Amino acid sequence: MNAPVLDRRKVLSGGALVVAFAMTSRLLGDAVGGGEGGAGPKVVRPDLEGSLKTDPWLDAWIRIDAEGQATVCSGKAELGQGIRTALLQVVAEELDMPPAAITFITADTGRTPDEGLTAGSHSMQDSGTALANAGANVRMLLIGAAAKRLGIPVRELDTTGDGHIAARDGRRVSYGEAARALSLHVEAVADAPRRSPQSYRTMNRDFRRVDIPAKLTGGEAYVQDMRLPGMVHARVVRGPSYGTRLTAPDIAAARKMPGVLRIIQNGQFLAIVARKEWQAIQAMRVAQTSDYVKTGPDLPGEQGPRRLQSLASREIIVEQSDDGPKASTRTFKGSFSRPWYSHGSIGPSCAVAHLHGGELTIWSHSQGVFDMHRATAELVGLAPDKVRVIHTPSAGCYGHNGADDATAEAGLIAMQLPGVPVRLQWMREQEFGWEPCGCGMVTQIEASIGPDNKIAHWKYEVWSNSHNNRAVGAGGYAVAQEIVPGFPMQVPAPIPMPEGDGDRNANPLYVFNNMDIRYHFVPEMPMRVSALRSLGAHLNIFTMEAALDELAKAGGVDPLAFRLAHMQDERARAVMLRATDAFGWSKRLRGDGRRGCGMAFARYKNRGAYCAIALEIEIERETGAITIHRVNAAVDAGQPANPNGIRNQIEGGIIQSLSWAIHEDMTYDTSKRTGFDWGTYPILRFDQVPGSIDVDIVESAGLPFLGAGEAAQGPTSAALANAIADAAGVRLCDMPLTPAKVKAAIGNAG
Amino acid sequence: MTFELTVNDKTHIVDAEAETPLLYVLRGELGLNGPKYGCGLGQCGACTVQLGGKAVYSCLTPLITVGEREVRTVEGLGGVDSMNPLQQAFADEQAAQCGYCIAGMIMRAQALLDENPHPTEAEIRSHMQPNLCRCGTHMRILRAIRRVAAVPAGAAA
Repeated sequence: MNAPVLDRRKVLSGGALVVAFAMTSRLLGDAVGGGEGGAGPKVVRPDLEGSLKTDPWLDAWIRIDAEGQATVCSGKAELGQGIRTALLQVVAEELDMPPAAITFITADTGRTPDEGLTAGSHSMQDSGTALANAGANVRMLLIGAAAKRLGIPVRELDTTGDGHIAARDGRRVSYGEAARALSLHVEAVADAPRRSPQSYRTMNRDFRRVDIPAKLTGGEAYVQDMRLPGMVHARVVRGPSYGTRLTAPDIAAARKMPGVLRIIQNGQFLAIVARKEWQAIQAMRVAQTSDYVKTGPDLPGEQGPRRLQSLASREIIVEQSDDGPKASTRTFKGSFSRPWYSHGSIGPSCAVAHLHGGELTIWSHSQGVFDMHRATAELVGLAPDKVRVIHTPSAGCYGHNGADDATAEAGLIAMQLPGVPVRLQWMREQEFGWEPCGCGMVTQIEASIGPDNKIAHWKYEVWSNSHNNRAVGAGGYAVAQEIVPGFPMQVPAPIPMPEGDGDRNANPLYVFNNMDIRYHFVPEMPMRVSALRSLGAHLNIFTMEAALDELAKAGGVDPLAFRLAHMQDERARAVMLRATDAFGWSKRLRGDGRRGCGMAFARYKNRGAYCAIALEIEIERETGAITIHRVNAAVDAGQPANPNGIRNQIEGGIIQSLSWAIHEDMTYDTSKRTGFDWGTYPILRFDQVPGSIDVDIVESAGLPFLGAGEAAQGPTSAALANAIADAAGVRLCDMPLTPAKVKAAIGNAG
Repeated sequence: MTFELTVNDKTHIVDAEAETPLLYVLRGELGLNGPKYGCGLGQCGACTVQLGGKAVYSCLTPLITVGEREVRTVEGLGGVDSMNPLQQAFADEQAAQCGYCIAGMIMRAQALLDENPHPTEAEIRSHMQPNLCRCGTHMRILRAIRRVAAVPAGAAA
């Protein structure tokens, strides 16, 4: 994607440097997990695809026993996004065997390949691609073994889909028989034949998710549901939010509470261990009866996210182009922002840890079990090979929430209780108060169109902290600065392009003239922050798509036509057309002061899934409340593995993005966060979800997988703001677009 | 203290303090997974169970207030191979992402359907208002409930 873009444009001074950067950063960008977390495992076979680059041995991924049963491993974790099922479909398809004959093991540092983080919409790209190619390799070897056994050429054999290889003369060899003659401890080859999309039996079907039945019937589906023999319950005792400390926790009183087994104290870290969960909670409440002091950095204050603009920053040139002097007829200038967001997981973070025989096993819902087993080992003072982290599902996290911290803390507690499994769960207010939030951000745009209604100048700036503060060493955990001796806080660093960080999607996929795009990376964090679904792409797309609508309006051009006039990528054009056709864009009602329509588009990271959104809203002028009548989305995620899973992710992304845009704002005072429950941090409820959401999948058969989990976040918030502008004639720039703000803006607009 | 408690048609004797929230009795004493800890404040509905046929927040229901009323959790509706019509509708609609909220959603929706087998779309949305879903699975949850209630799709706001 990047090379032609750079070729097409004249690069300003330092051009060679820009090109070199794009080439090296492509390698970084292709690193597992989308560049979040640690560096990930080393690339040893750059000629292979997906995570086979780092782990080319077939038996690391697939083993087939003498009965023809397969065991398949993936380093990616089920986060509620349905990846377990999609990956299972991919490998079953390429092995050409029934999914039911496969035992699937995911994200376990003791058993599966290290595939870095389950993040950045990279799981289909990393693991899906690896499993597809590993499956194709194994299928090729099985056919070869059968050919040898039957004494006929490979071309006379094919797999049957039920775990057999059949010859034209009717003879059959089972996978088990063929596997007995094979070693899969061989490296993958790059050109193993893949099954053709026309003959798919398992992939591109709405295969039912394998994890859902247990979730509907009270099965043991989550880390919260684990009950190991002799397990005890822990709670941590903390100040109201990150950057505070209790001055005098009442430890003596807590110790006398019923069921309390141990009080763990290490520096400022304090945890209660009790026989039963409710006992641990009651003792925690007693211990927590204390004043607190602020120990952390100053919170953002009245400036909100614009505080970031007054902090020291490092300027990163994202993109610059010089297309010569261009006349400007109309100019749009604006500054946009979003506040800090909570991940808002419905289940507060939880982990189970067990020190047994000098080895620590932790069951965690972290997205980064591989980084974690090294970082936790450093924290608790064990060798990394003595710490095993097994991913176990929990409530959706949508990024780096409290999961990693809770896991590290469970590990610290378990180290004090050899032989005793410990279950730690954070309380609701601890999750809101201590998790890393999604970054507050600010953008500034000044863009013009010329007489031809094409964008002549595009000057864009974005201010943000790093969206990647995931622990890669002990210092990345909040508890690391509480214990003695502690670990210094991890130094924040931005994820470089092409994946991007605060500047993710700040570089347009559209073709604009005379671009100057800069990322002001702010190292100092007024609020603890890290990755939240779509990282900086959310506000960058929000800003870009708002500016496009304003410039289209200024030029008297339809917003869809204006976008298409600036877009050369055929797949992008196709999703825009598909969504707007389904919506009935050309016949849409026009903004009448109350009702209105908006659209927006983005290709996530300019290298992931394509997504366009069109929606219709109605504003109650008396209150500013917004009703969303209907939403149409179109998405191109490459070759779909499970279309229903893609729809589910896009539908969910739309609702979550509407919630961010309309409601969400992590509030604070001078010493602490003040959003601590669902009353002080409201999210969208049933009465506000759209009347309908229809997701259309634009199929790209045989093309590379593109993860769809984050694709809707930017376009949805942007389409909403565009619909408000269409309905009421006011451009709202600072999220959340609350009823009060909408009402005030309408009032101001007369 | 010991209490006699009827949960999913079975009677149990539990030994717990009177003020223990029902949630912790169900999870900790009876080993049930359906009711989930979400907020402990009656704001999210992840802990929803039926008490005497009504949907309640088990995190805010002290054990001593249960009395003789029967408790039903999602386990009491059906298992993996014996799903009740509402659970089956959730499966058919693939109405879950992370699924942490779903047992509570099912229990609240079932309480509505038990009382009013054919609610309108507006009644369904209003009834489900107390329960939060962060994954944004709302449209599918509504479809699943509609399936059982036989409400035509698109009769929405």
